[in-house]
Amino acid sequence: MKPKPTAKRVKRAHPPKAAWNLRLYVAGQTPRCVRAFANLKRICDTHLAGTYRIEVVDLLQSPQLSRGDQIVAIPTLVRRLPPPVKRIIGDLSNSERVLVGLDLRSDAL
Amino acid sequence: MRAEDSKDSLKQRTLQKIPTGIKGLDEITYGGLPKGRPTLVCGPAGCGKTLLAMEFLVRGATQFDEPGVFMAFEETREELTKNVASLGFDLRNLEAHKKLLVDDVLIDRSEIEETGEYNLEGLFVRLGHAVESIGAKRVALDTIETLFASLPNAGIVRAELRRLFRWLKQKGVTAIVTGERGDGSLTRHGLEEYVADCVIGLDHRVINQIATRRVRILKYRGSLHGTNECPFLIDMQGFSVLPITSMGLDYGASTERVSSGVPRLDAMLGGEGYYRGSSVLISGSAGTGKTSLAGTFVQAACHHGERCLYFAFEESPPQIMRNLRSIGIDLAPFVKKGLLRFHSSRPSGQGLESHLVDIHRRIDEFNPRAVVMDPVTNFTAVGGPDEVKAMLARLIDIVKARQTTLMCTSLTNAGEAEQQSEVGISSLMDTWLLVRNLEAGGERNRGLYVLKSRGMAHSNQVREFVLSNRGIDLVDVYTGAGTVLAGSARANQEALERAEALAAQQAIEAKKREFERERAVLQAEIAALQVKLKTGEEDLKRLIGGASAQARTSARDQAAMSRMRMADG
Repeated sequence: MKPKPTAKRVKRAHPPKAAWNLRLYVAGQTPRCVRAFANLKRICDTHLAGTYRIEVVDLLQSPQLSRGDQIVAIPTLVRRLPPPVKRIIGDLSNSERVLVGLDLRSDAL
Repeated sequence: MRAEDSKDSLKQRTLQKIPTGIKGLDEITYGGLPKGRPTLVCGPAGCGKTLLAMEFLVRGATQFDEPGVFMAFEETREELTKNVASLGFDLRNLEAHKKLLVDDVLIDRSEIEETGEYNLEGLFVRLGHAVESIGAKRVALDTIETLFASLPNAGIVRAELRRLFRWLKQKGVTAIVTGERGDGSLTRHGLEEYVADCVIGLDHRVINQIATRRVRILKYRGSLHGTNECPFLIDMQGFSVLPITSMGLDYGASTERVSSGVPRLDAMLGGEGYYRGSSVLISGSAGTGKTSLAGTFVQAACHHGERCLYFAFEESPPQIMRNLRSIGIDLAPFVKKGLLRFHSSRPSGQGLESHLVDIHRRIDEFNPRAVVMDPVTNFTAVGGPDEVKAMLARLIDIVKARQTTLMCTSLTNAGEAEQQSEVGISSLMDTWLLVRNLEAGGERNRGLYVLKSRGMAHSNQVREFVLSNRGIDLVDVYTGAGTVLAGSARANQEALERAEALAAQQAIEAKKREFERERAVLQAEIAALQVKLKTGEEDLKRLIGGASAQARTSARDQAAMSRMRMADG
């Protein structure tokens, strides 16, 4: 699966049950951003199968969106739901830390 | 042609600057900040970095039609808008007109989890978008160093900052980057490594419990700049820097005269009064009438329709006006007409430098023809004599460059040498009037004399200085018989002299009458003698007449006798 260049919703099989709303901010299709998306999908499929929704925002296409979520670092993953809002920066290659960031660590165990 | 070409290209090659619009800052940088390059503003907390950056943008937007982007890393937009409203900056209005864009970048470290490689492209995108959306020419980043605190990986931040400054240069925006001072370095995280073109240091020092803000150009690559520390103020009108470096002894000298307000004093000053644009010092001990002289001068100037600015460091404006009314000087109408403006403050309220900046700004605003400082000696409360002298020298330069007449009063403490004004400023002054107490015979009187007055034939006489409800008058002191007397002693002496003169007059009268009598007697005697003489003459004549008649008679008798004797002859 590849990230799309524009803001796009990637819907999973059970959209109504999407308790997890995640937004990934990228800037163009750099290797790092592509990697981040792949890592995110893998983690979600493993731990949140069927209950998540990923939104990819490419700031090169819609730079005005950077202000709302206070984006500085790229890539940044924002956990919009469930609250509280969490920000995870980096290419998500360190799965352990991603799980900590998403408060998924206890669930995973 | 060739020479012209090379001149043109040289001009293009030299650093181009853009004016900040901040009072004085453009003068100490000789034209402003390097165009299209970032400038670092550093200093300790609370020294005014944010305000400087904000004023740079606001002035750019309002005065030079250069929109600006303010990226705040420490405050929210609302906080910032509120904070600078006190300086008269209406950020909302500027934002509505697309002249300014404030973006707050607030990162909470506790919310952030680092999970691999990243860069700060998001910041670049935000900034780039903001710059493009309003066509910004100016950018302020305040304080970008907080990124070091919010992001866990300092190495990445460092590399990205380097890229950011390169990117800013490419964009051709003129940027101000602020940074807090660190231990032993200009900024905590060594921002000066990246921003190497122009570095402005702000400082906020407390000496004798009085804080003074100072600014210094630490570095300005490719340009001349003032190297001195210059004081600055932050107040309702924003920043004002006092450009000490721009002053020199090259002002013109007017030959125009201004009246002192006292005709006799004008007469003492070469007949016409002070020179316009000269500095006048009135020194004297307490209660000798220094403020009254200053008030008279102000009244005369206002009377001629000239603006006056009165800095009072001891009394409030109403108090000065009330006191001057007691000697017949009413300044209230001039205040009402806007010709006279008072500014009262305690010298201890702020540092010397701040006072100077404040005075400078007020003079700039009001553009007076005459300035009164009453009294300058009070500044010794906030600075040593040397500092006060340096400050006054600069003040004199400021007013002289504007051809404004400056009058300073100076309080001499009792027991101190009168001819050594307390703050040692007499050598800076063009005209020096000394008001002193003349104490004799159980009373105190005021004497005034001109100690010096450059460029005019001034009187060397001591005059008695009389304050009445009709104002100031100067009276000749009694200088006869080897002493100088004033006040009632003078009056006494004068009465004495009048009495003596009267007595002498009376003696003459008496002598005259006596002589008249004598003359009458003598004349009577002369008449009697003349009568006697006449009588004598008449007697003699009678005698002579009688004798000749007798002679004739006897001759006739003899002839008759002879005729008788002829018978026998």
